[in-house]
Formats: sequence, structure tokens, C-alpha cells
Amino acid sequence: MKTFAIGGIHPPERKLTESSAIEVMPVPAELAISMNQHLGKPAKPVVKAGDEVKKGQLIGEADGFISANVHASTSGKVKSVKPHAHPGGQYAMTVFITPDGKDEWAGGLDNAPVDWKSFSREEIVAKVKDAGIVGMGGAGFPTNVKLSPPPDKNIDTIILNGAECEPFLTADHRLMVESPAEVVGGLEIIASLFAGQAKAWIGIESNKQDAIDALKKHASQKGIEIVVLKTKYPQGAEKQLINAITGRTIGEGELPFDKGCLVQNIGTAVAVYDAVCRNRPLIERIVTVSGMEISSRKNVLARIGTAFRDIVDFCGNLSEKTNQVICGGPMMGKALFTLDAPVVKTTSGLLFMNNAAVEKSRERTCIRCGKCVSVCPQSLEPWLLGNTAELRKFDEILDFGLMNCTECGSCTFVCPSKRELVHWIKYAKALVNSRQKRKSA
Amino acid sequence: MESVKLKVSYAPFVRSKDSIESVMYNVALALAPATIMSVYLFGMSALILTVAAIASCIGFEWLMDKVRKKPASCLDGSALVTGLLIALNVPANLPLWMVVIGSFIAIAASKHVFGGLGYNVFNPALVARVFLLISFPAAMTSWPVPFSVDMQTAASPLGILKTDGIGAAMASVSLQNGFFGIMNGSLGETSTLALLAGAAWLLFKRYITLTIPLTMIGSVFIFTGIFYLIDPGTYASPVFHMVTGGLVLGAFFMATDMVTSPISMRGQIIFGLGCGLLTAVIRLWGGYPEGVSFAILIMNGFVPLLDRWDQSDRKAKHQKKSETK
Repeated sequence: MKTFAIGGIHPPERKLTESSAIEVMPVPAELAISMNQHLGKPAKPVVKAGDEVKKGQLIGEADGFISANVHASTSGKVKSVKPHAHPGGQYAMTVFITPDGKDEWAGGLDNAPVDWKSFSREEIVAKVKDAGIVGMGGAGFPTNVKLSPPPDKNIDTIILNGAECEPFLTADHRLMVESPAEVVGGLEIIASLFAGQAKAWIGIESNKQDAIDALKKHASQKGIEIVVLKTKYPQGAEKQLINAITGRTIGEGELPFDKGCLVQNIGTAVAVYDAVCRNRPLIERIVTVSGMEISSRKNVLARIGTAFRDIVDFCGNLSEKTNQVICGGPMMGKALFTLDAPVVKTTSGLLFMNNAAVEKSRERTCIRCGKCVSVCPQSLEPWLLGNTAELRKFDEILDFGLMNCTECGSCTFVCPSKRELVHWIKYAKALVNSRQKRKSA
Repeated sequence: MESVKLKVSYAPFVRSKDSIESVMYNVALALAPATIMSVYLFGMSALILTVAAIASCIGFEWLMDKVRKKPASCLDGSALVTGLLIALNVPANLPLWMVVIGSFIAIAASKHVFGGLGYNVFNPALVARVFLLISFPAAMTSWPVPFSVDMQTAASPLGILKTDGIGAAMASVSLQNGFFGIMNGSLGETSTLALLAGAAWLLFKRYITLTIPLTMIGSVFIFTGIFYLIDPGTYASPVFHMVTGGLVLGAFFMATDMVTSPISMRGQIIFGLGCGLLTAVIRLWGGYPEGVSFAILIMNGFVPLLDRWDQSDRKAKHQKKSETK
């Protein structure tokens, strides 16, 4: 069993929904489709209030190189275009659609599967771009950009990330079990872009035996290797996954393609397959609805733009003890301030929790136990970064490796003094970045 | 659903169960075998002394928090551990008022003056021990004989080694008795076995690592071993040095104190070697028979330097890397 070389933790897995089949959620009474569903510049709305739209029709156009298209996830009428709550914690321009109930595809979309081998490299990348596909693991980096690395970078390793190391989340797990052919198909399409020189791998944590079995059946005759990974957090972090599978280390400031690697998420692979073979844009995704405070826990296939409030109604009701709703996993997700926020392309989970710690800060002084150092997968000294950030020594902190932190939160998980280390690190990063922007401006 | 109030906080939203309390109470638990052993050896006086040390430490901690207008930390377990360690570091017949003075020195003059838990440079219990040793040398070096009813006192094996030479020292205790703890000494330094049992618990719970204890005990062993090989007629065997005095107590429970030891592996190795060598040097040629507390305190003073060394190394490496880019 492979694993990354340094650090790591093992939080309680809590995969409560690992054997719940994906349930298709009906189209809600209103969809709020955010124009900010990816890393980079938000898309530009190309529809206005009163417009009739079809399912899969372009409603937001990629604005610039690092940006992505956004499509209507059902047919209906545009009610308004205005800023609305976003699961990231800010407000973003959002297209509201009142569904007409017909759920009609726009012309030429959602075809019967065709063989992707008939397309050229450029056609495939163009299809991925048109479909508005972004990394569905959480970062939301536009996939077409990732699939077109600079020509001087020699990609020899393509890794599909099925680690899903975050507690609670099972969206990728269910997708691997229920659609192994599409997962493998998507990976084959991605690998074909680097034809003849790249080896394809799928990394899966050992706690998903059924997914391993399902994929082995489909992948073995295609030269794709399934790698069983030790169940350990953050096994699914890009740098750690590359290290576990290839032994290579991505240094500070380096990107995976500097070391010949390309990592894609399971959901992204299926989206690529759908876009290339069936001409379907990315308009829905699997969301794990879990946590201890919701009455029924499910994996739901929800349209992009479905309000979290509607998901709660679909999954029963919340207990009175609910005080936090987390979008994403409990290690790296974000706490929501409103249930009005909608599902975006990167929403992997929705967790309803009773977090007693949030009522009162329990942050104490560092007792220098060194646990954060021993679990840091990037061999940093989180206590030092945290203290330096707290003292606002932003010149010094860069030399302690601030930008090498992947914000996995392992340090904060183990800290006996309950110090908000990763929060301080994120805070310092944000300030350092805005300083540099001001300097260069 | 409308009644649900959402609260925003920072990720991660799950945390481990470890806390300052769990660390401290586990250290206290790990010291329990040695404490029970001391009560078995020295009777009720050992128990009374232990309770007095713990109670006064917790009391001073409460008082210092009040004086410094800080949230109460007296029950976080750190004062408990300090009190327990003070008790284990003194003879069982030490007058209680001296113990209370020791507690004051530990909590007020060596912990809270630096800013409280996490900020102290020197191990509070060891500062207390050394303070008492310098202030009350007679009381701190007359050790009760185990199982004696009338509190008969005698020198410790290391003391005999210093004053009467190796023959008398070897005659005073068998190595086996030394290992099980049937000898004169402070409460906690007598039974190597009980201390190792507690240390095993801390290692199992991963609150300490073996780096510091191994380098410290190992360097004492090798250093005293070299001189034993040169002249066995003058120098005691390394095994004698292992089982007598406070070496095991110091190596596993005081040198490993998180607050006052280095964080990096490299720092810990240097720290452990320094503790071991200083202990051996003081024991062989120093004015005091026992050197563990002095050695650890001296090395405590180097900890900020060792940490700073790691940091400047990291900085230098980082700057070199960004230049080559």
C-alpha cells in the first residue's frame, strides 16, 4: 500500500454515506446559478431577465484565459441577474432561473455516446472548454487550461484522484462504484492527449474496497493501474498524491507539470467523458449530504444552482442542535453563513454539524509539543508560521515556507492547545498576496 | 429550519481529542507508579509531602493567575505535574514549609515571571529543586532510609560515591535493589522500574519520543563507561550510574518537558547529548554528587538558541532556493 512520505493524520473517517446509492434530486422551484464557480475570473453573464433558456445553454461566458463557461442547468426563464450569496462566503453575480418543468435540452446536446477516438486533440480540449469543466475536487481550476500545459513540459504521469481523504465525503466514492466505465473513459480521454508517453494511474484509499474492485474490472485491460493508498489524511492533496504514487516531490512554487504530472479528480474525469462523448456541459454534480444533525444522509445528484435550503428539504430536516453547515469536507471546507447559497461545480459535500467548539474560542498558548511539526506533510513548522503571522512579521514569514503550505489543516487538527494555526497561515497568505499585488501595481 | 442559526468559524471543523489537560494528566498518570512506589518505600510522609507539593503548586498557580489577571489555569494539569515532580525530586523527610517555598519558586518565580505555561525557559520543578538544594543543602541531602520507622537518614549512593569512594558506594546498594528502588534517595528517583513503566505509557500515548531520553541516558552510559574502563577502581560502572540518582526520572519526565525542550529532531539530539554529558561531568568531577537537574537546566537555556538555529537554517535554505530560481 502506498502513501506519502512525510506527516499526515488519521481523523475519524465517518463515511456515513459510503453505501448510499446516488439519488437524483428533482429540479427545485428556482435555480441560482453563480457566475463564480471556478478559480480565476468569474464568467460574464450573457443572458438577461426575461430570456428563455434551454437546459445546457450558455448563460455565462468565460472571461479571460483562467475562467470557465457556465450553463443553464434546466430549461426555463431567467428571472433576474444579481449578486447573491456564494458558498465561498462572499457574494457573486448570479443568474436566477425559474424552471418551466420541461427540462428540455438545447439543440445538439446530450447525444448518444460516440467514440472519443474520432476527435483530434484540439477538438477534445475545445469540447472540455465549451462544457465549462473545472476541477471538481475543490479548487475549481479550469480543466482545459490544465490539459494544455506549456509544450516544454513533458507529462509522463496522469493520476486520477480517488483518494477522497476528507472525513464524511463519499461523492467520488459513489461515482467510482456506480459509473466505473465513465471514470475510466474520462481518464482514457485525458491520457490520449499525451498519447504514447504518459502512464495513467487511479489512486484510491484502502477504505473504498468496492470502488477498487469496480475500477479494476474496467481499467485492467486498458493499461491503467489502480493504486491502493493508505487511508491517511491528506492522501488526496495533489502534492501528497503525486508523492505517494510516483515518489516525486513538488517543491515550493512548482506545479505538478514541472515534475511531469497531471492530476484530475474523479468527478472531473466523468465530466470530461460526458462532454466529449455525449456533448453534455457540466450542469450537475454529486453532493454528499451528511453530518450528525440531518435526519437522512444521502449522496444526491443535484443541478448546479440548487439552493442548499432545497437540499435540506430533500433530505429531511435538521436537528435543533445544528450550529454549523460546512460546504466541502470538515478539514478544508468552509462554514456557510446562509443556506441560500447554491451548489457550485466544486461543492463536494454539505455537512450539518453541532460544533461545540465554535461557541467559545478555546485557543490557548502553544506548549511547544511539536505535534504540528510531526504531522505537517509539507515539512513546515506550523507553530512558527502561526506565531509569526500573529506577530504580523510578514517579511520573515515567507522564509519560513509560508507559500509551501497547502492549508490541509493537519496541524490544527492535532494541536492540543487548539490553536488556529491554519487560519493564521491563510490570513498571512492573503495579506502577503495583497501586499505583493499593491507593490507590482 | 428557520430557527437554525449558522455560525462561521475556521476550518478544520473536526479536532483531535488531545488537549493541554490530556497531555498533563497523562504525564501525571505516568508518574503514578513512581509515586506509589515512594509511598511504599518511605511511608505516609511521602504521601503527605506529595499532596502538599501539588496543593501548594495549584494554589500558587491560582494566585498568580489572579495577580496577572489571566483566565484561571490552575486546573489545566500543568501545576499538578509541577507539584508532583517537585515532590519526586526531594527527600521524603523534607519539612513541608520548604516544599511550599519550592512550589512558590516553581510556579511564581520560574513559570509566571516568563508569562505562564508555554513561555517558561526553565523547567519549573527543576528550578525549585535546585533552589532548595542551594538554600537548604543539609535538608536536601539527608535521605531517609527505605522502610525505616524513625526516619533514619543516610546519604544517597551517589553521595557516598562522592564522599567515601567507590567501595563504600557499591556496598551501599546492590544494582538489583537500585533498579527496583530499594535505596536512599528522593521520592521519585529510587525505582527505575516504576519510572520506566510510566515512561512506557507516555511513549505509547506518543506524548514523548525516545530521542531525548535515549541520547541523554546513552551519553551518560558511554561517558561514564569510558572512565570505568580506564580505571574501575575510581569510577563507578555505567550501570551504577543508570540506576542511582535521578537520571531516569530526569531523562524521561523532565528533559522531555515539551515547553523547555527543542522541537526539531536535531535540536533534541543536541539537547539530549548536552544533558547527558553535563550530568556525567558533574557526577564525576563536580562539587555535587548528582548533576541531572543542573544539566537539564543548563541545556534548557540553550533551547531558544537551538530553535533559532533551525529557523535560520530554514531561512537560509529558502533564500538560497529563491535566488537560484
